[in-house]
Amino acid sequence: MLEFIEGYYAYIFLALLFTIGLYGMMVKRNLMKKILGMSMVQISTIMFWLVSAFKEGAGVTVLNERIGVDNPDLYFNPLPHTLMLTAIVVAVITLGVSFALAIAIYREYQTLDEPSLLERMK
Amino acid sequence: MKALRYIVLVAFFGVLMTAVVKLPPRGDVSSPVHRRTNAAGTPVAGTYYIQNAYKDAKTPNMVTVILGDYRSLDTLGETIVVLIGGIACFYILNVRRRKP
Amino acid sequence: MSEFPEHDPKDHCLDESLKEPTDSLIVHATARGIAPFILLIGLYVFFHGHYSPGGGFQGGVLLAVGFLLLRLSLGVRLSQIVMPHRLTLRASAIGALLFVAVGLSAVIMGGNFLDYHLLPIPGLAPEYLRYFGILLVEVGVTVTVTFTLVAIYDELLGC
Repeated sequence: MLEFIEGYYAYIFLALLFTIGLYGMMVKRNLMKKILGMSMVQISTIMFWLVSAFKEGAGVTVLNERIGVDNPDLYFNPLPHTLMLTAIVVAVITLGVSFALAIAIYREYQTLDEPSLLERMK
Repeated sequence: MKALRYIVLVAFFGVLMTAVVKLPPRGDVSSPVHRRTNAAGTPVAGTYYIQNAYKDAKTPNMVTVILGDYRSLDTLGETIVVLIGGIACFYILNVRRRKP
Repeated sequence: MSEFPEHDPKDHCLDESLKEPTDSLIVHATARGIAPFILLIGLYVFFHGHYSPGGGFQGGVLLAVGFLLLRLSLGVRLSQIVMPHRLTLRASAIGALLFVAVGLSAVIMGGNFLDYHLLPIPGLAPEYLRYFGILLVEVGVTVTVTFTLVAIYDELLGC
């Protein structure tokens, strides 16, 4: 049981974070809270990839002269780090675009609350 | 209607949990993404990059080599996404709408 | 709730106080003192990306944070001297064009797109050509990320 917790606690917490973000997107009525929920979903996905790149007893992905490259078990897997490096920047840009859309909606309808927004759109 | 959303959320969390406990545990060196060759006998990408990055580009930081060299087309598309995001913000917030 | 509040479509600024310098002397002095060092750390992270954790995206975000700290403390009007608003989107387009130009120069020399060891820099081994190709590409990425983040802040503020 202790081994199971040690091996899987990060995955379980990230699944919980993903579900909380989805809860924010589905249940909350304010558009800003929906955007924050979207950001939580993105962050949990990124952290999931980074956890999967971890190796027990390994070091950062910069070549160390004393270690060499003969044993790849001594470096973290660099591929998920690279993919998530681009994903973080895209997450920031999508956050900026969604804030811009929220500001445009607020200028037009003077509200960000979803039920009153639907009422004013009639 | 409101209870349905919570049921969907709990069911989704259950699906995620059943998927997650089938993964190799965190830090397992012998998991498929960390091996040298995969099941089909070809080299796994991460291990290949670790062993050949300095030989190919004389750069110690492997993440930089993958980002700028092996997967540079990916980075190009990502840069264009950033640029298009900036242009989209400009046009969303500066559009002149005709008053009815 | 049926009556909408009056809203002038020409007045796009959400908060007038963000246009003027802050009243707090501590915030003003700290931001002005710390911003050049943030820009310096951003340049270090970018240029040291070949040898330590860092690179184009991280350095670009740090440079953008340095400019945004000046925007927040000095107000939008005064900080136009440091980074003019009409420059930002054009400069980020120039960054993306630099990336494409590096790729196309390899095509002109007879290779594939973004094939760095055919770059037209004389007197270098193919490995070191790839080294400088990565550096040129990272310059383009840094310019794009920096100026796009500053441009998005300006557009969201609407000033």
